[in-house]
Amino acid sequence: MKTKDPVLKAMVLEFQKQRDYLNKERIETIYFGGGTPSLLEEHEIQLLLDAARENFEVSPTAEVTMECNPDDLNPTKLEELKRLGINRLSIGIQSFRDEDLKLMNRAHKANEATRCVREAQSAGFDNITIDLIYAIPNLSQEAWIKNVDQAIALGVQHVSSYCLTFEDGTAFGKWVNAGSMHQVEDDEASEQFLTLVERLHDAGIEQYEVSNFARKGYESKHNSAYWNNTTYLGIGPSAHSFNGNSRQWNVAHNVRYSKAFAEGLNWYEKEILTPAAQFNEYIMTGLRTVKGIDLGRIRDDFNIDLASANVELIQGMHDRKEVIFAGDQMSLTKKGLLRADAIASDFFIIES
Amino acid sequence: MKNTRNFCIIAHIDHGKSTLADRLLHKTGTISDRDLQEQTLDDMDIERERGITIKSHAIQMKHSADGEEYILNLIDTPGHVDFSYEVSRSIAACEGALLIVDASQGIEAQTISNLYLAIEHDLEIIPILNKMDLDSANPEEVTDQIVDLIGCSPDDVIPASGKTGMGVDEILHAIIHRIKAPVGDPNGQLQAMVFDSVYNSFRGIIAYYRIMNGRLKKGDRIKFINTEREYYADEIGVLGMGLIPRTMLEAGNVGYIITGVKDAKEIKVGDTLTLSNDPCKTAIKGFEDVKPMVFAGIYPVDTEEYEELRSSMEKLQLNDASLVFEPESSAALGFGFRCGFLGMLHMEIIQERLEREFAMTVITTVPNVSYKAYVKNGTMIELHNPSDMPNPSSMDYIEEPYIVAQIISKSEYVGAVMTLCIEKRGELKNQVYLTSNRVELTFEMPLGEVVFDFYDKLKTVSRGYASFDYFTADYRKSDLVKLDIMLNGDPVDALSALIHKDHAFDLGKRICLKLKQLIPRQQFMIALQASIGAKIIARETITAVRKDVTAKCYGGDISRKRKLLEKQKKGKKRMRQVGRIEVPQEAFLAVLKLND
Repeated sequence: MKTKDPVLKAMVLEFQKQRDYLNKERIETIYFGGGTPSLLEEHEIQLLLDAARENFEVSPTAEVTMECNPDDLNPTKLEELKRLGINRLSIGIQSFRDEDLKLMNRAHKANEATRCVREAQSAGFDNITIDLIYAIPNLSQEAWIKNVDQAIALGVQHVSSYCLTFEDGTAFGKWVNAGSMHQVEDDEASEQFLTLVERLHDAGIEQYEVSNFARKGYESKHNSAYWNNTTYLGIGPSAHSFNGNSRQWNVAHNVRYSKAFAEGLNWYEKEILTPAAQFNEYIMTGLRTVKGIDLGRIRDDFNIDLASANVELIQGMHDRKEVIFAGDQMSLTKKGLLRADAIASDFFIIES
Repeated sequence: MKNTRNFCIIAHIDHGKSTLADRLLHKTGTISDRDLQEQTLDDMDIERERGITIKSHAIQMKHSADGEEYILNLIDTPGHVDFSYEVSRSIAACEGALLIVDASQGIEAQTISNLYLAIEHDLEIIPILNKMDLDSANPEEVTDQIVDLIGCSPDDVIPASGKTGMGVDEILHAIIHRIKAPVGDPNGQLQAMVFDSVYNSFRGIIAYYRIMNGRLKKGDRIKFINTEREYYADEIGVLGMGLIPRTMLEAGNVGYIITGVKDAKEIKVGDTLTLSNDPCKTAIKGFEDVKPMVFAGIYPVDTEEYEELRSSMEKLQLNDASLVFEPESSAALGFGFRCGFLGMLHMEIIQERLEREFAMTVITTVPNVSYKAYVKNGTMIELHNPSDMPNPSSMDYIEEPYIVAQIISKSEYVGAVMTLCIEKRGELKNQVYLTSNRVELTFEMPLGEVVFDFYDKLKTVSRGYASFDYFTADYRKSDLVKLDIMLNGDPVDALSALIHKDHAFDLGKRICLKLKQLIPRQQFMIALQASIGAKIIARETITAVRKDVTAKCYGGDISRKRKLLEKQKKGKKRMRQVGRIEVPQEAFLAVLKLND
């Protein structure tokens, strides 16, 4: 054991205990994410990669992504990551405007964001994704366009974009409830989103899932696994795993997580997916992708004829130009994708 | 008969009636330690949860004192104004009443009106101060209230606690020595009064009665005087923890009878039971055909469940004869039923039972009272639904039912209570200080105002300290208008209400605002309008939703997101499509929730 950190120690143990979870399938993607894995030191990252390779067959061409904060990246660190075999970076830029970053309580400044992408490119990273947040209060349409254009100008291969959400219990939620901040109206938010889709498209970066955009061939293999019903194993506190018919999630607390391994206790909760839950998940994740869902597969796997079971619903979607059919493939239009979650929920099967 | 005592309990909700009753049952060995669970008498889930007795219950106890064995029949009475007729019949079946008052709360309005009813029937009142174990108990002041009310001596008041068992022996002693034995002639013609009936899915209707004169034997051919129906007494007996069959019961006793009747409507509370071949000459006084006071539409959320709803309502009616319904159709809601209830609580109970016992998802429309519309040609139309109101141009005038309301409040809230009652078109008739800080107010006010959000408001303005009771008075001419609500220009009949002209503008505005909160945003804009006739008096807009894919699937946490969307879909299943608009169940009761 080369580390004193009990969490890393536990993670190595978890790799060993879960070596059969994925049925000996070859690993095609590895993703360091959640929190700030870029804070890990070189030997710690190495330790985890070794543990993965010792317990699983990892494809030599696997996509290996590291989530990074702009302020953690510098030429030395980038070189180190490159050396470790990280071949994809996900950089949490969020905005190129200092006032937005301040509002969202980010540690980095706008100029650091640009700098670190350029440095990563110089260090030889040719598969970089950045994220952009829209519907930020006081972010005008013009400022948003500038943000998007800056991302394009940086020449990144992949963009993820999310709407700023205000949830109860968060600082934003409190401000909104107290009336000191106003949530951006839907109309404005969707306008920004549609602008994003259009400008990225013009730059050759295509939407392939509601929130994800890529140049051809740079679609994230890892994220796609979530949407394509591929099995995955999550290692570490609060990580989620899926093996085809059940989902499980590790305890979220670092100390409790490592304690569970030290004391030989159970470290995850598990949910067996009923056929209805599997169906709902397929609809929910499938409709978020540009490819859509395969009605033939739904017939085969779930014995459901989706179209004839939802005639009125589909007619309404059709009238609103939210859906397109190509053979057995049903997918949402740009307009439909704006409501992908609500549409998915309309198709759900609810068990009483 | 000289060793029989028949008594009921008069108490306000939460004053500990059921717990104290359980103590009596336990002390007399009627229930064992093992069976002693809270509130043995209330057997419907709803009764236990709400702490309210809906049906009357009866239970017989045996108790030995001074070397003699006594039979004690406890008749538990419903604890809500909606069921005051049943209460009056239960009282008529007894010679005594335990008046249970919470020593920390004092007497409440409901208690007083039932107490007066008991005094009218010459019942011996045994006052009991319950919850004496509480630190907040205030026995001196509450004793004063009781002495003032019934004119007893302070020494007659028994301090007790259902929780600790304090006072139980004294209560039993008082029941035996203070309550008179029943009088009646066991050799006379059979004359028994039905004070309640319950439905049992295996045995049919089980009627509870008190025999005033004569004897009832198993197998007798019997007759109910008011309904004129005849049956055989298949089984008779007394009520212990369950049914205890007997071959004969005689004057003074309380018992049950099973005749194979399946429909609650056939046996009416208050009716007189006698023998077919030797009937008594007179019926027992006080019988009434209970009339529904409050009306509302009940519709299935899913239009295809209409037939299922009908059969559920029919089954409910089998054990609740006070529920009446007839089919009606609404332009907005399709086919459903117009139902008559005894009051607001009764309405809530029916809705809850439909959902719980029959798994129906229903929409209940805004309740209304029964109006009398006089048309210019002199005819009168009784309205149970605002949509049936004749064209205003053909109408002469309209009358609505008034009640006499009694409210008891702490004196510090009297101002607020008066303001509320006056707002509700009430007229103060009397004001009496029961003690230095408890005031009884008597108002005359329209029942229609009580049906709206009166109870909740009264609770709010009095911080929960005011209690309320009423009886119906008469019909009076009123300046009522029909307020319509339109969704995207189409009137929704199920949302119409008859409202006093002076309140219409304010209410129209508030209903629109409330609907704006209750109806979720949809894929198109929704205009909400309130109108009187052709005149729009209020308007709100619900903007269209265009986008709702906001949340990221963090690190593969798909379960959480799926569950979120499943919840969303479940919510949608409880919505009703009106035109193109999805309207949630509770929006149809928006008028009642203006203060939430």
